[in-house]
Amino acid sequence: MTNSIHDMGGMHGFGAVEPEPNEPVFHADWEKRVLALQRAAGATGLWTIDGGRASLENLPPAEYLASSYYRRWFLGLERRVVAHGLVGEDEIAGGRALRPGIRLNRKLTLEDAKANRYGRFDRPAPSPARFKAGDQVKTRNINPPTHTRLPRYARDKIGTVEAVRGCHVYPDSAAIGAGDNPQWLYAVVFTGRELWGEAADPSITLSIEAFEPYLTPA
Amino acid sequence: MAEDHHAHDHGSELSEMQLRVRALETILTEKGYVDPAALDQIVENVETRIGPHIGARIVARAWADPEFKRRLLEDASDAVNALASFDPVAAHLIAVENTPQTHNVVVCTLCSCYPWSVLGLPPVWYKSFPYRSRTVIDPKGVLADFGLTLPAETQIRIWDSTAETRFLVVPMRPDGTDGWSEEQLAELVTRDSMVGTGLPKSPEAAKGEARR
Repeated sequence: MTNSIHDMGGMHGFGAVEPEPNEPVFHADWEKRVLALQRAAGATGLWTIDGGRASLENLPPAEYLASSYYRRWFLGLERRVVAHGLVGEDEIAGGRALRPGIRLNRKLTLEDAKANRYGRFDRPAPSPARFKAGDQVKTRNINPPTHTRLPRYARDKIGTVEAVRGCHVYPDSAAIGAGDNPQWLYAVVFTGRELWGEAADPSITLSIEAFEPYLTPA
Repeated sequence: MAEDHHAHDHGSELSEMQLRVRALETILTEKGYVDPAALDQIVENVETRIGPHIGARIVARAWADPEFKRRLLEDASDAVNALASFDPVAAHLIAVENTPQTHNVVVCTLCSCYPWSVLGLPPVWYKSFPYRSRTVIDPKGVLADFGLTLPAETQIRIWDSTAETRFLVVPMRPDGTDGWSEEQLAELVTRDSMVGTGLPKSPEAAKGEARR
């Protein structure tokens, strides 16, 4: 979902940031397993990184806010393995496998894990870039019911293209199983005033990484 | 409010989550979808192989070697991979340089995007609702939460990580470090200074730590 609780840039009321001195990498052993399961399950290729994000964004807002980070990951993963037919609701409820697994095209091996490689999201460009550095652009006022990476606070705003990042997997398509649909990606910079109004701190500028379908010439 | 930072204090969530996570791991293993040895390796990777020590060495190299710094700012993925000292970095790493005029701060308002390959896993505060919500509208207030106040004339540039590009802040080299080796310089580079919520340690502060 696009206009869900995860899109929290600019919201008030969450209080102060509380850095933890000498913070450990994990705060509980189950967090380690969630992270590892998330990465191993993602390697099946049954969903994309944006499909994974969408499953967190679709959590009920109250549950999203009440859950710790890795609990959100876990809840999203549990939904995904069921939605993609890997695991049955009855198996989740029973806490054990009741049937053999389905055939997978890919499975993360120990060797894959040792290689510790990250996914690539750049793709060959199907068409030339529409914008170049220095161009004035306006972000679209989109409110799709599905996943997008254009935050609410940066919609319908005028900014300047600062850099062309190349052509990348388009999250809005990949999240809903509609393929990579590669799109040009740009760094678009806005003034604080354009985003937050006349009272904004004049010493602030902000950039988002914006896919071409988010932008129109301004 | 139950927030990330306090979650580990909640005994009820802990035991509930221990049981549920163990059950899901069992199911996925029994059905042949995941290999427990690969899971252990993933945990080992994030606990020991990746971390801010990698970013610190990259920043120290940039401070010590102007040609490396030029290449880092031009194409950070290429520059870091050419060092061949670490696992290959994520495909699209972007280094942004702090100057007396501009201070860079990195955030991910929509989720928790963070340059794992050079900084390791993000700290809880980076993933927390206060950081994600406030950094884009009140960065000075957020920096104040870290005890950081910048000169009034410094411009603040915020980078919201809304795509698969990842950002590494190259902080300014502290004064009083002329002639220091890369290893010495790397000791001054903190994780927070590479996200933009802190500054590198001063030589005096580093010396004080060494004495303790």
